[in-house]
Amino acid sequence: MNAADRSVLIENLVKRFGDFTAVDHISLETRKGEIFGFLGPNGAGKSTTIRMLCGLLRPSSGRAVVAGFDVAREPESVRQNIGYMSQKFSLYNDLKVIENLRLFAGLYNVPRHVAAERIAWALEMADLKGQEAMVTGTLPGGWKQRLALGCAVLHRPPILFLDEPTSGVDPISRRQFWDLIHQMSAEGVTVFVTTHYMEEAEYCNRLAMIDRGKLVALGTPTELKQKSMKGHLLLIECDPLGTAVETLQNAPEVLDAAVFGNALHVLVPNAATGAEQLRAYLGSHSVQVSKMEPIRPSLEDVFVALTSERENKKEAA
Amino acid sequence: MRWGRLKAMAGKEIIQIIRDPRSLGIVLLMPVVLVLLFGYGVSLDLKHLPVYVYDREASQQSQALLKRFQSNQYFDIVRAVNNYPDLVKALDSGKAKMALVIPYDFSERLRAGGAVSVQALVDASDDNTANVLIGYAQAVVQGYSNDIQLEWIQRRGQQVQPPPLSVETRTWYNENLESSAFIVPGVLAVVMSVIGAFLTSLTIAREWERGTMEQLISTPVSALEIMLGKLTPYFIVGMFDAGVCVVLAIFWFQVPFRGTVLALLVSSALFLIALLCLGYFISVVAKNQLAASQIALVATFLPAFLLSGFLFAIEQMPQFVQLVTRILPARYYVSSLKMIFLKGTPIGMLYGQLVPLAIFAVALALLATRTFHKRLV
Repeated sequence: MNAADRSVLIENLVKRFGDFTAVDHISLETRKGEIFGFLGPNGAGKSTTIRMLCGLLRPSSGRAVVAGFDVAREPESVRQNIGYMSQKFSLYNDLKVIENLRLFAGLYNVPRHVAAERIAWALEMADLKGQEAMVTGTLPGGWKQRLALGCAVLHRPPILFLDEPTSGVDPISRRQFWDLIHQMSAEGVTVFVTTHYMEEAEYCNRLAMIDRGKLVALGTPTELKQKSMKGHLLLIECDPLGTAVETLQNAPEVLDAAVFGNALHVLVPNAATGAEQLRAYLGSHSVQVSKMEPIRPSLEDVFVALTSERENKKEAA
Repeated sequence: MRWGRLKAMAGKEIIQIIRDPRSLGIVLLMPVVLVLLFGYGVSLDLKHLPVYVYDREASQQSQALLKRFQSNQYFDIVRAVNNYPDLVKALDSGKAKMALVIPYDFSERLRAGGAVSVQALVDASDDNTANVLIGYAQAVVQGYSNDIQLEWIQRRGQQVQPPPLSVETRTWYNENLESSAFIVPGVLAVVMSVIGAFLTSLTIAREWERGTMEQLISTPVSALEIMLGKLTPYFIVGMFDAGVCVVLAIFWFQVPFRGTVLALLVSSALFLIALLCLGYFISVVAKNQLAASQIALVATFLPAFLLSGFLFAIEQMPQFVQLVTRILPARYYVSSLKMIFLKGTPIGMLYGQLVPLAIFAVALALLATRTFHKRLV
């Protein structure tokens, strides 16, 4: 990968707020035109990282280069080359749809003769044609998000930062929004998106998992599912579920056990031998097993496994 | 600095002012309301003060004296009573500001050529009013007394000699000593404080409160463009409101305007710029609309009211307070307004006002630009 293809390059990025380290030595890079997902629970440091990349927060140490510009030294050049959607909806609610679009076209230096065409394009893209005169504050949540995206791409930025763009939006609008993200990516825009929805993470080309400020895994969703798990996953349907999960957490040969719906996901080092041992073990604890089969892990499994692994290490230390 | 970004920013701000009924109300109504309020409501002239009289003689002479009180615009004899307790009651209740008692032997003693005293009881709960009242009353009595003396001299066939010394008074600049003439121009300072500091103190704080600041500073718009974009509409509004005040002052309250429009424009613009930058600075620092508006109120509106010389003469304030007024832009502005309106002082002679105002404008502008950064923390 040559330098021109690197849209975002992060090296040992750190952000401290007093004693609290929100972002702890994160390094990664994204490729042009990919959808790069930033996955982690609330408070993991996702928003802080994205804000540093947009030049809104100054990194405590480390380096971040966005579109070829250093975020700490050339924040204005960075801003001209990115679009940003903050986590909280932050367009002007008292302005009309068209007024918000015109405002941001102006703020992004979109030349006058191009602006009308770009605004028309954004309205089309965001499916807001005919709603130009609506006061923004009265729009439903999904529409607001699409308008915010429209405002953020008026200047055709090569990189788009979206901070939990679909939080609080109904599933249909969410799906529609992701179609837009794919459309942008197909046009060569690098999309850097944070989320805590696992199913959204599946839509990303590559993912970074982040937990308490640290990068815990990096790769395509498939890679993460295949490589990040240190063992094999078994799905166990049994009764009673509560007793089973408690017993299993203390059982030998079990790396992790968690409830998923009305079944258990149990991580074992070896699927074949593990299954036999567990069946016997659960039987001896008067748990009735109705089904036990190896399954492919979901991203959620990966994430749970990785974060509890860190937790265990921390406890051991 | 890019013209397009500045224009976008200013355009958005104008839309927000127009669409917010409170801002619009302040912008359109406040100057008119304040000018009328101060023009009519606040009168420092003491006129038509209610007077009760207890005329114990009720002679031609005593009535002649009372007529002089009555014909004078400062006093209104509202009632004649025939005992002391009624006078006391009138003063206690505030129905009378002054009570006059004429002795039962008034005309007799006058005829005899002796000295007569007329008693005046004055409500001095407001010492300033009381002093002025006593002065007026003495003047009325003195005038009557002079006339009587003159009559005597003439009756004896003597030549009337003019007194050797006298003061010939001419009141300049405010010939009729109308307080509206010096109060109404000062209203400009109050109006500008509201527009300049109070309204602008909300602008940055509002963006932080509503979360719009984060989106705004993620764009390439510069800190200076944000500031100028936000302040330009308020500058236009402030100057417009100043114009409304001036028109009302001149055409409604007949305040003389003897200076030049240029001097008025320059001093108003400097004062407004100083206030806009101060309001902006407060807004940046407070990050919260409520706190910002209260700070702005205390820092600009109250001083414009109390310490600028608008209502109360600075020369009569305690030494320490006089020193404090020197750091208030409003003081220099009010002083320049009075000079421009009433004295017609040319712009070249207003350096004592314009130079401090220019210093405030530049210093506060620098402060405002240095304080705002396009960062979240």
